[in-house]
Amino acid sequence: MSTEQTRQKQGLIQLLRANGQEQRAQRGAPRFRIDAAMWEELGGRLGKGLDLMGLWADAQDVHMALFAPDEKDFAIVSLAVEDGAFPSIGARHPAAIRLERAIQDLYGHGARGLPDGRPWLDHGAWPIRHPLNEKADAAQSGEEKDETQDYAFLPVEGEGVHEIPVGPVHAGIIEPGHFRFSCAGETVVRLEERLGYTHKGVERLMQGKPPAEAARIAARTCGDSTVAYSFAFARACEAALEVEVPPRAAWLRALMAELERLANHLGDTGAICNDAAFAFLHAHFGVLREDVLRAADTCFGHRLMMDCIVPGGVARDLDAEKGAHVLQLLLDSLDERLEKLVEIYDTTASLQDRVRNTGRLSPALAQGFAAGGYVGRASGRAFDARLSLPYPPYDSLAVKMHVMHKGDVNARVWVRIHEIRESIGLVRTIMHNMPQGDLTAELPGNTAQVREGVAVVEGFRGDVLAWLRLDEEGLVARCHLRDPSWFQWPLLEAVIYGNIVADFPLCNKSFNCSYSGHDL
Amino acid sequence: MKSLMLQSIFGPPATEKAPAPSGQALEELARNVDKSARRLLGRSLSIREVDAGSCNGCELEIHAIGNAIYDASRFGLHFSASPRHVDVLLVTGPVSRNMKVALERTWAATPGPKWVVAAGDCACNGCVFAGSYACVGRVSDVLPVDLHIPGCPPRPKDLLCGLLALLAA
Ligand code: SF4
Repeated sequence: MSTEQTRQKQGLIQLLRANGQEQRAQRGAPRFRIDAAMWEELGGRLGKGLDLMGLWADAQDVHMALFAPDEKDFAIVSLAVEDGAFPSIGARHPAAIRLERAIQDLYGHGARGLPDGRPWLDHGAWPIRHPLNEKADAAQSGEEKDETQDYAFLPVEGEGVHEIPVGPVHAGIIEPGHFRFSCAGETVVRLEERLGYTHKGVERLMQGKPPAEAARIAARTCGDSTVAYSFAFARACEAALEVEVPPRAAWLRALMAELERLANHLGDTGAICNDAAFAFLHAHFGVLREDVLRAADTCFGHRLMMDCIVPGGVARDLDAEKGAHVLQLLLDSLDERLEKLVEIYDTTASLQDRVRNTGRLSPALAQGFAAGGYVGRASGRAFDARLSLPYPPYDSLAVKMHVMHKGDVNARVWVRIHEIRESIGLVRTIMHNMPQGDLTAELPGNTAQVREGVAVVEGFRGDVLAWLRLDEEGLVARCHLRDPSWFQWPLLEAVIYGNIVADFPLCNKSFNCSYSGHDL
Repeated sequence: MKSLMLQSIFGPPATEKAPAPSGQALEELARNVDKSARRLLGRSLSIREVDAGSCNGCELEIHAIGNAIYDASRFGLHFSASPRHVDVLLVTGPVSRNMKVALERTWAATPGPKWVVAAGDCACNGCVFAGSYACVGRVSDVLPVDLHIPGCPPRPKDLLCGLLALLAA
C-alpha cells in the first residue's frame, strides 16, 4: 500500500496528529499546524469524503475547518502564510474560491493558483485596502463608482444571448446583491452573482472588544439568524474560556433557536408560494410567522430574540407562567392550522406545477460543496449540526433529521415542512423538561493567556461556524463567523441553469441565502 | 382548501382592529392618513424600500407590516418595485460604502416631492456599525432624511405609526 493509500484509511484526527502539531490554545475542536504539502493534500480530498466547513485567515496564518462525515471528526488546520501567499484550496475545490477571494480582499494574502482573482468583498469603495491586516499599508482611493459597470463579469457568447442585470437594489423588500443573467430566449444559460454590497466590516469591529460587546455585533451579522449567530459566538467564547453554561441556559437557548427556525421556515414557505403567485398561502403562513414572533416577544422581550443569548448563558429568563402559557397557545394553534396549509400546498395543481422539478440541485453538487441546511438535506446531504456535531442541550434531545433526494424547490419546501413539525415537537419537549437553575456562568475576564474557541450551531438556514481568539486580556483578537450561505450561493448559480428566468425568484427563495451573513 | 377559503371569507379577519384612542394611536392615525394623504397624493403613499447594508432584521419587520395582521395596505401604504413610482424611500442599514452609490442613484431616480425615512438604529445612527471602515454610518450623511424610526429592529407597529405620522405632519 502506498503512503497515500494508508493515509486515506486513517481517520482525519489520526492523520492530523501524525502530520501536524496540535495547538494548545484551541478548544472546541482540535487545531493542527500543518505544512504546505499536507495543506494541498487535504485540499485535494475536499468534496471526496471530506467536507470544507470554513476557510479564513488572520495576520499570519490561513485556517481551514474540516469535517469527515464518516467518523464525525471535526478539526481545524492552519498553515503559515509565506511571502504573503499560500497554496490555493480553490484551485482544487471550487467551494473555496469565494472564501479565498474574501481572504485576499481582507488580508492581502495571495491564494497561489486561485483560478478567479477578481476581488469579492472589496468593491473599491473602502478608504483602506486589506482592512483586517494591520501590516498592510492603508489607503486606497475609496473611490465611489458604479461597481456593476466595472466588475469583469464572465462573458457569455452565442447567437441571441442577451444579458439581464438585476440589482443591487431589488424589486422586493430584500437585501441587496447583483445578479447577471445571460439568457437565450427565456432560458438562463448563466447566472453570475455579485455580492459584498452589505459588507459592514463585522470582523474588524469585533477586534479589541470584550466578548459581551462583540456578541452584540455577532448578533447583528445576520438578522434572520440572530439567535444562531449569538448561540455560535457564545459557544465559541465558552469553549475558549472553558466555561460550561448552566443547564437551564442551554435549554433556553435551544428554545430560542427552535422559535427562530419556526418563524423563518413558516415565513419562507409562504414566500415561496407567493413567488409562484399563490398569495393565499403567503397570507396564512405570514400569520403563523407573526404568531411565533409575538410569542417570542412575550417570552423574551424581543420579537427576533436579539441579544437574548450572551456569552456565559442567556440574558432573559422565560417567565414561568406567562411564557409557558403563551407557548402552549402557540403550539396548539400551530397544530390546528399548519396541516391544513400543508395539505393545500400539496394538493394545489397550479402550485405543484411550479415547484416540482424546478431548480434541481444534484446530490453530487450538494455533497461536494458541503451545502448545509435544507439546501443540502433536500439533495441527500445528511448533515445537521444538532446531530452531526451535537451540543447542549441537543445532545440530550432526540432530533430527527429529514433528508430528501430530489433537490427541487418542492423538496426544499418539504424539508422545511418536516422541520417545522420537528421544531414544534422540540419546543414542546423543551418546555416540559426545562431544568431549573442559573441563567449564566461567570466568564473569567483577564486570562493571562491567549485562548481560542470554535463552535458550530445549526441555524434555520444551515450551520453557522464561529471561531475566535481571545488575547491575554480576554479581548477578541480575531473572530471569524462563517454563514452557511457561502456554500449555498454558488449552487444557486448551478441550479438556475436551464430554467426559465421567471422561475428564478422561486429558486432563489427556496434557497433563501443570506446577503448580510455572507458579506459580513 | 374549500373550508379554509370559506372560513377566510366569512370568518373574522386576521387583521387586527386599528386600535382606538389613547395609547392606541393606529385608528387615529388612519383617519389622519385619509385626510392629509388625500390632500397631498390622493389616497395612498407609495414606498420603495432600500436596504443600504442592513442585517436583514429591519427588512423582516418591514415585511411584517404587510402581513394580514398589520395590513399596511388598508391605510393606503403600498410597496413599489421601482423608485420611479414612489413618494417615500424607506432606507435601512448603516449605509455600507458598497451600497452608497446605489442608494444615491435610487434617490435620484425618485421623482419629487419625495420623503426619506430612515428605519432602524443602523439607518438612524449606525448602531454597532458606526465607525467601521466599510460604513458611512447613517443615512442622513448621504440623503436628507425626513423621519427617523429608531429600534433594532423597529417593531412593525412603530414602523406603521411612523409612516402614518409622516402623512399626518
Ligand atoms: S437596526 Fe438592528 S435590525 Fe435593523 S439593520 Fe441595524 S442591526 Fe439590523
